[in-house]
Amino acid sequence: MIRFEDVSVTYDGAAEPTVRGVDFEVPEGELVLLAGPSGVGKSTVLGAVSGLVPHFTGGTLRGRVTVAGRDTRTHKPRELADVVGTVGQDPLAHFVTDTVEDELAYGMESLGLAPDVMRRRVEETLDLLGLAALRDRPIATLSGGQQQRVAIGSVLTPHPRVLVLDEPTSALDPAAAEEVLAVLQRLVHDLGTTVLMAEHRLERVIQYADQVALLPSPGAPLVLGTPSEVMAVSPVYPPVVDLGRLAGWTPLPLTVRDARRRAGLLRERLERTTAPGAEDVRAGGTVPEPPVPTAPRKPSRGPRFLRGRTPSPVLNPSAPAHPAVVDALTVRRGRVEALRRVGLTVTPGETIALMGRNGAGKSTLLGALAGLVEPSAGTVRVGGAVPHRTSPRDLVRRVGLVPQEPRDLLYADTVAAECAAADLPHARLRSRGGTPITGAAPGTCRALVSGLLPGIDDDTHPRDLSEGQRLTLALAVILAARPPLLLLDEPTRGLDYAAKARLVGVLRSLAAEGHSIVLATHDVELAAELAHRVVLLADGEVIADGPAADVVVASPSYAPQVAKILAPQKWLTVTQVRKALA
Amino acid sequence: MRTRAIQTGTMRTGTLHPGAWWVWALGLGTAASRTTNPLLLTLLVVVAGYVVATHRTDAPWSRSYTAFVKLALAVLLLRVAFAVVLGSPVPGSHTIVTLPELPLPHWAQGVRVGGRVTAEGLVFAVYDGLKLAALLVCVGAANALANPARLLKSLPAALYEVGVAVVVAMTFAPHLVADVQRLRAARRLRGRPDRGLRGLAQVVLPVLEGALERSVALAAAMDARGYGRSAEVAPAVRRTTAGLTLGGLLGVCAGTYGVLTAEGGGYGLPVLFAGLAVALAGLWLGGRRSPRTRYRPDAWGPRAWLVSASGVAVAALLVVAAEYEPSALHPGVVPLTAPTLPLWPMAAILLGLLPAFTVPAPLKGALTAPPPPTPEEQA
Repeated sequence: MIRFEDVSVTYDGAAEPTVRGVDFEVPEGELVLLAGPSGVGKSTVLGAVSGLVPHFTGGTLRGRVTVAGRDTRTHKPRELADVVGTVGQDPLAHFVTDTVEDELAYGMESLGLAPDVMRRRVEETLDLLGLAALRDRPIATLSGGQQQRVAIGSVLTPHPRVLVLDEPTSALDPAAAEEVLAVLQRLVHDLGTTVLMAEHRLERVIQYADQVALLPSPGAPLVLGTPSEVMAVSPVYPPVVDLGRLAGWTPLPLTVRDARRRAGLLRERLERTTAPGAEDVRAGGTVPEPPVPTAPRKPSRGPRFLRGRTPSPVLNPSAPAHPAVVDALTVRRGRVEALRRVGLTVTPGETIALMGRNGAGKSTLLGALAGLVEPSAGTVRVGGAVPHRTSPRDLVRRVGLVPQEPRDLLYADTVAAECAAADLPHARLRSRGGTPITGAAPGTCRALVSGLLPGIDDDTHPRDLSEGQRLTLALAVILAARPPLLLLDEPTRGLDYAAKARLVGVLRSLAAEGHSIVLATHDVELAAELAHRVVLLADGEVIADGPAADVVVASPSYAPQVAKILAPQKWLTVTQVRKALA
Repeated sequence: MRTRAIQTGTMRTGTLHPGAWWVWALGLGTAASRTTNPLLLTLLVVVAGYVVATHRTDAPWSRSYTAFVKLALAVLLLRVAFAVVLGSPVPGSHTIVTLPELPLPHWAQGVRVGGRVTAEGLVFAVYDGLKLAALLVCVGAANALANPARLLKSLPAALYEVGVAVVVAMTFAPHLVADVQRLRAARRLRGRPDRGLRGLAQVVLPVLEGALERSVALAAAMDARGYGRSAEVAPAVRRTTAGLTLGGLLGVCAGTYGVLTAEGGGYGLPVLFAGLAVALAGLWLGGRRSPRTRYRPDAWGPRAWLVSASGVAVAALLVVAAEYEPSALHPGVVPLTAPTLPLWPMAAILLGLLPAFTVPAPLKGALTAPPPPTPEEQA
């Protein structure tokens, strides 16, 4: 159905081809998963199927791509629209009209289908995707999962034979992701649609794939095979595969169910080792002893401490016992209560994962802590101050938030300029205020960048960094002010496993230095790796708050794969298991 | 054909044609422009407001009504403020207060800042401002009741591209606002003040960058979904289309020149109209190159006739009334007289309530939507 014949793509101005010698075929009616680390050209391969590469993006495509017998060299994307449906990473960028029903019809209108055919297909698609109740709704009012389903529906109505999806679930909470994947599976099974999809979160999708096409590293040839064959050699793999490799299971299990069946022996072995709670606080649920003294430091120690150009982030000495205290916080938006009587106390050195559906109020809570959202009722105290009344310059030394789109934080042209800008407000504050309360010595941010991201050139434009590097740069910029409380909103979106592992390392060492970290995330594996405590939000209310192991294991959608495999034992991550077995 | 289309469900019959709402609202607006009687104007605003209250949905475009009402109030206040500060062209004898007058140089003769504020001047300003405000409220009502995008879908096929451009622009505006909010929040997170001109200026560039990126992404999505596909047409047809369009436009240019210059008084108008007709024929023929079809266009049913007729009736009756009873529709300012409520114009305005009783109210349950997620939550 899709055939790549020795394809290489070179973008204008690039010295090297982005992908080289890609040669594979996707048979009709199969779901093929395109996997690989960031930056290997997955999106380029997907774009070549719909003809957007190179017709829209520019660049040179060598070799030949044919879809349903049509050569993309001679067919423009619009002439492939009836055989290929493409959904990009951001569904919002995809919508042309403003209501669900019109959006579903748009593609068919362009193709000139008869009115009665259009009406019938719209109704079928509404049912197929479970969108019937939303048909008249303006798209802007839908949740992330609903928008993603509308985006898929809008390319389904012309009955394409091929569906191309770029990261369809990365922005979705676990339940919404399953919803979307169930739809895809139904399309493959019932309609015989051919699906080619790229996704970083393999743990969500690998079990649905008939075949996996792996791009192991930039420029390396593409490997195509059954999921278990490919996973045995892949540099990117989900936790279930990691556990399978650790336990030496062959063939590798790909689903939790397969792994559970074989896990009897492993469970017995683990039974005999130390229970996870005894030595690892992450699973044990004991809140760590605060590594920084809770009593205020002697003022005399502060300045000496801070004048030194220590590259490691040093906490604000005036920080009170709790970096953040939220009490009965209610936030109203129009008639809707985004948060209802939420209480949360953050202790120093603690990592908290905020989880819950899209739109449950996670970002609002982070926004309230960072002073971006004004409480309608209740109190928020961050480092003893009321965040939304504190001047931004003062607030950055108490709390730092890395938003969902880290790029928003960066506006300079080079990494060096970005760092200089990050140090500036603090330096200025010190020169004007006389007594240095805290301050980033010039170079603090740059030292942080070198520590977190070795090998980044000063002259690099932030836009040219990879997703993970940009996140780290934003993190360094925020850390330059040494806030005792660090907030991260959905930090792993678009990160591959390697970048995620680096982020986990960075955040762990920050927590060990006494930073409190609150992260809002859909990524259950990340929460399992990092969090001491998990707070579940639903509909603006806290519905669970407790040690990570307890909260996460009790919930089927928020349990990480290892917990599901090894239940009822409370193991959360492969790292823990590896340590216990060693 | 139409009946069959309605029976097979390929036309939208459940909702009122958006054009009907616009005709109704513009009718009320025309009526408002014909009178300065504050009682009649207030009645018009109440009528429009009542219909909006009963018939608007919770869609984003419906929320613009509040913005229009606020704008109308601002216009009214501004008009009165100008009358107070800059004086009024209406002579008056009832001085309310005398403001200190700003001495101006002789070349600014005729301009006055401060000075006497008369009751007549104020009343005149209020009447005048109220007229503008009522007009704005009527336009706001149309916006709240009819989806503007749906209205553009009713354009003829040849103007389809224009419609798409406008719809895309309209969906872009809220995105831009969200971007500005997000980037200002990000500035705050960097420890920079998020208020003030400088704060805004530094946000402009990234916002424009984001808008550009989004439009490129949208263009890619539209291309991949078949936008701009063209059907095979005979070369002869293509050539004729080009000839007609070009010739028509030339004709329009020549005609306009003729109309505007003194010499061409005789041939100007006919050439202009002929050019227009030829250009339209070219557009129509050009529309055949596009294979597009239309999904569920709105049907113009009996209700649409009723609603638009009620608007037209209000306008027509007030135009007639302005001829016959000018004193009742334009209450005197000099000398000051209390406005009266003329019976017949009042009854005519009440005709505008017809849609409130003939059009079924939208199902609140089905259309009640939570407000859009905040920019931070959207992803």
